[in-house]
Amino acid sequence: MSNEQQVIDESLKKDYAYGFVTDIESETLPPGLNDDVIRTISAIKEEPEWLLEWRLKAYRHWLKMEEPKWAKVVYPEIDYQAISYFSAPKKKELASLDEVDPELLATYTKLGIPLEEQKMLSGVAVDAVFDSVSVATTFKEELKKAGVIFGSFSEAVKNYPELIKKYLGSVVPYTDNYYAALNSAVFTDGSFVYIPKGVKCPMELSTYFRINEANTGQFERTLIIAEEGSHVSYLEGCTAPQRDENQLHAAVVELVAHKDATIKYSTVQNWYPGHPETGAGGIYNFVTKRGICLEENSHISWTQVETGSAVTWKYPSCILKGDNSVGEFYSVAVTNNHQQADTGTKMIHLGKNTKSTIISKGISAGQGQQTYRGEVKIMKGAENARNFSQCDSILIGEKCGAHTFPYIDVRNPTAQMEHEATTSNIGEDQLFYCNQRGISSEDAVSMIVNGFCKDVFKELPMEFAVEATKLMEVSLEGSIG
Amino acid sequence: MLDIKNLHAGVDGKEILKGLNLSINPGEMHAIMGRNGSGKSTLANVITGREDYTVSKGDILFAGDSILDWSPEARSLAGIFMSFQYPVVIPGVNNTYFLKAALNAKRKHAGKKGLDAAGFLKLIKEKLIEVSMDPKYLQRAVNDGFSGGEKKRNEILQMLTLEPTLAILDETDSGLDIDALKIVADGVNRYRNADRSFLVITHYQRLLKYIEPDFVHVLIDGQIVKSGGKELALELEEKGYNWLES
Repeated sequence: MSNEQQVIDESLKKDYAYGFVTDIESETLPPGLNDDVIRTISAIKEEPEWLLEWRLKAYRHWLKMEEPKWAKVVYPEIDYQAISYFSAPKKKELASLDEVDPELLATYTKLGIPLEEQKMLSGVAVDAVFDSVSVATTFKEELKKAGVIFGSFSEAVKNYPELIKKYLGSVVPYTDNYYAALNSAVFTDGSFVYIPKGVKCPMELSTYFRINEANTGQFERTLIIAEEGSHVSYLEGCTAPQRDENQLHAAVVELVAHKDATIKYSTVQNWYPGHPETGAGGIYNFVTKRGICLEENSHISWTQVETGSAVTWKYPSCILKGDNSVGEFYSVAVTNNHQQADTGTKMIHLGKNTKSTIISKGISAGQGQQTYRGEVKIMKGAENARNFSQCDSILIGEKCGAHTFPYIDVRNPTAQMEHEATTSNIGEDQLFYCNQRGISSEDAVSMIVNGFCKDVFKELPMEFAVEATKLMEVSLEGSIG
Repeated sequence: MLDIKNLHAGVDGKEILKGLNLSINPGEMHAIMGRNGSGKSTLANVITGREDYTVSKGDILFAGDSILDWSPEARSLAGIFMSFQYPVVIPGVNNTYFLKAALNAKRKHAGKKGLDAAGFLKLIKEKLIEVSMDPKYLQRAVNDGFSGGEKKRNEILQMLTLEPTLAILDETDSGLDIDALKIVADGVNRYRNADRSFLVITHYQRLLKYIEPDFVHVLIDGQIVKSGGKELALELEEKGYNWLES
C-alpha cells in the first residue's frame, strides 16, 4: 500500500468516528410518546380525521405489543419514551465545499460522487450551474406528462386522500409487528408513487430521488402502487455515507402490483455503522418492507445492498397472491467491525404457478455478525409454485460470524423447492495467490467480494452497480491485515 | 539473479530449511529434487514471501537486493513468479479480470500505462494459443471447476502473460497427464531465454525429460546435499535418495 493510500485510509477511518454531523436547527417535540404527541404530529401535518384515528389505533395496538427478541442481534434496551417523535429539521446551509469536513469529501470522491452532488449531500447551497430545483422540476414535468404521481407522502395525503385511504396499511397492517405499529402511529413523511394503468415510468425514480432526498425521516412511510400493466423501477438510498442524529429508524414500505404490473425496488443503504472499535452511536435500522402481487402476472423484485447501520432487522417480502406472479429478492449485506444484521426475506405463495427467487450474499468482516433468515411458504391453493433460494456467506477474518436460518413451509405437494447454501472464507491462500500475482491485499479483497456479489449487483440499475462496487471497497477497507 | 545464503527458515516455529545455499544466474534452469517433507515447497514459499513462513537466519538476494522484508506483491512486481502446486480457486472472479488486474499492477509498477480491455484481449489471445487453451477459459472463474491439467496450464498462461524474470515451478508436473505435461513443458521451453531464470521443484525426473535443467540439486532435510548436471536427475530416478543420506 502506498503512503498516500495509507493517509486516505486513516482519514476515512477517522471520518466514521468523528466526522460529519449536520448542524441542525429544528423544531422538535419534547421526548415521549402518548396520544397528545400523535395528535400534534397529525395536526402539524394537517391530516384528515380518519388518518389520526388510524394512527391512534396503531398506537394503542403498539402499547399491547412486545419488542421482538427473536432476531440474532444484541443492542441495549431502547427507551421509547426518550425519543422525540417529531422534528422538522432545517439543514444549515454552508457557503461552499470548503466548509465541509475534508474527510467526508474524500469519501465522496472515493465513491465517485460528482462534485455538484457532493454539495447537495453535504448541505452546501447549490449554485446556478446545477440547480437541483430546476432539474427536479424537469423530472417532475416529464413524470406528470406520463401521468405518474411521485412526491412526498404528506403531499399525497392532501392531494390523493382516496388512494392513501385505500392502500395505506393494506400490505403492512399496523398490527403486523412492533416496529410497523410504531411507524404507523408516528410516521412523519416518506414517498408516494402511483403509476397509472399501462404506463411504463419514463425514468428510474432513483435519479430524481437522489437529488431530492434531503432528509430521510426517522419513521418513513413509503407506498408504491402500480396499476394494471404498468412498470416502475425505484431506488432508495444513497451510496454516500449518511449520518443521522436519530439512532432508531423504523420505516415501512408497501408495494402493490396489480395485474401484469412490475415493481422493481432497489435499496442502497450506507447509514452510520457506529464507532469502528466499539460500535457506539450506530443506527438501528428496523424496517418492514413488503409487496403484494395482487393480481395475475404481476412481478415484484427487491434488490438491496446493505452496508451501513449498526443493527439491521429487515426482511423485504412478497405476497404472491395473483396467479403466475413472480417475487424476487436479491441481497448483498456487509457487516464489518461491530455491525450486526439479521436480514432476509419472506415469500408467501398463494396463487397458482407463482414463482420466487432468493439470492442472498452475506459478507462478514471484523467482528461483524450476520444472519440470513428467510421463509418460503407455499399455501394450499398455490398449485405448481416454485422457489429457488441461494444463500451464500463469505467470512473475512476469524472474529466474524455468518448464520443461516431458512424456514420452508409447504402445504401443496406440487411445489418445487430448491435451496442452496454455502459459507466460505476469504482464505489466506486466496490472498496469497493474488499477492503472488502482484495484486495488493486490498484490491484482492475487493475483487473477491465483488465476484461474490456479481449475481446481485447485476440486478441494480447500471449507475448504482458501479457505485455499489466502490462502496464495497470502502466498507471493507482495513478488514485485512 | 537469485542468491540464497545460509537460509534457515521454517513454519510454526519448526525449522525446515537448515542452511540452504543456492545461486541462480540469468538464463539458468535449476531443478530442486527431493522427497516429501525435505523442504522443497517451503523454499518456494519463503522465496515468494508467504506469511507464516519465517526466516531465522541467512538471506535471499534478488538482483542484488535483500528481499526478506518485501511483501509478497513487491516480490511479484520485482519479477518473481510462482506456478502453484495447488492453484487457488477464486469463485465469481473471471480469469480475464484477474489476469488483467495482475498484468496492469505489474505495468503500473514498471511505470507503464495499464492495458485497456481491447489491448489486453489481443495480448491474451496470443498467449492462449501457446498453452493450447480455449478462449472460453477466460470467461470462467479463476480455476473454478478446472481439471488438474487446466489449472496448471492456467498457471503457465499467467507466467507467459506476466513475464517474470524468475519463475518457480512448484510441482508443476503433479496431476498432469502426458499431453498436458508436454504442453506445459513446451510453454516453459519457449519462454526460456538468456535473461530468464527458472527454479523447478519436483519429485520426479518425469518433467525434466521435457524441460532440461542446467543444474540439479538434491534437497534432503533442509539442505542441498548434492548438485550436478541434468544427469543427476537420471541417477536419482535409478537409485532413489537413500544413497545420498548420511
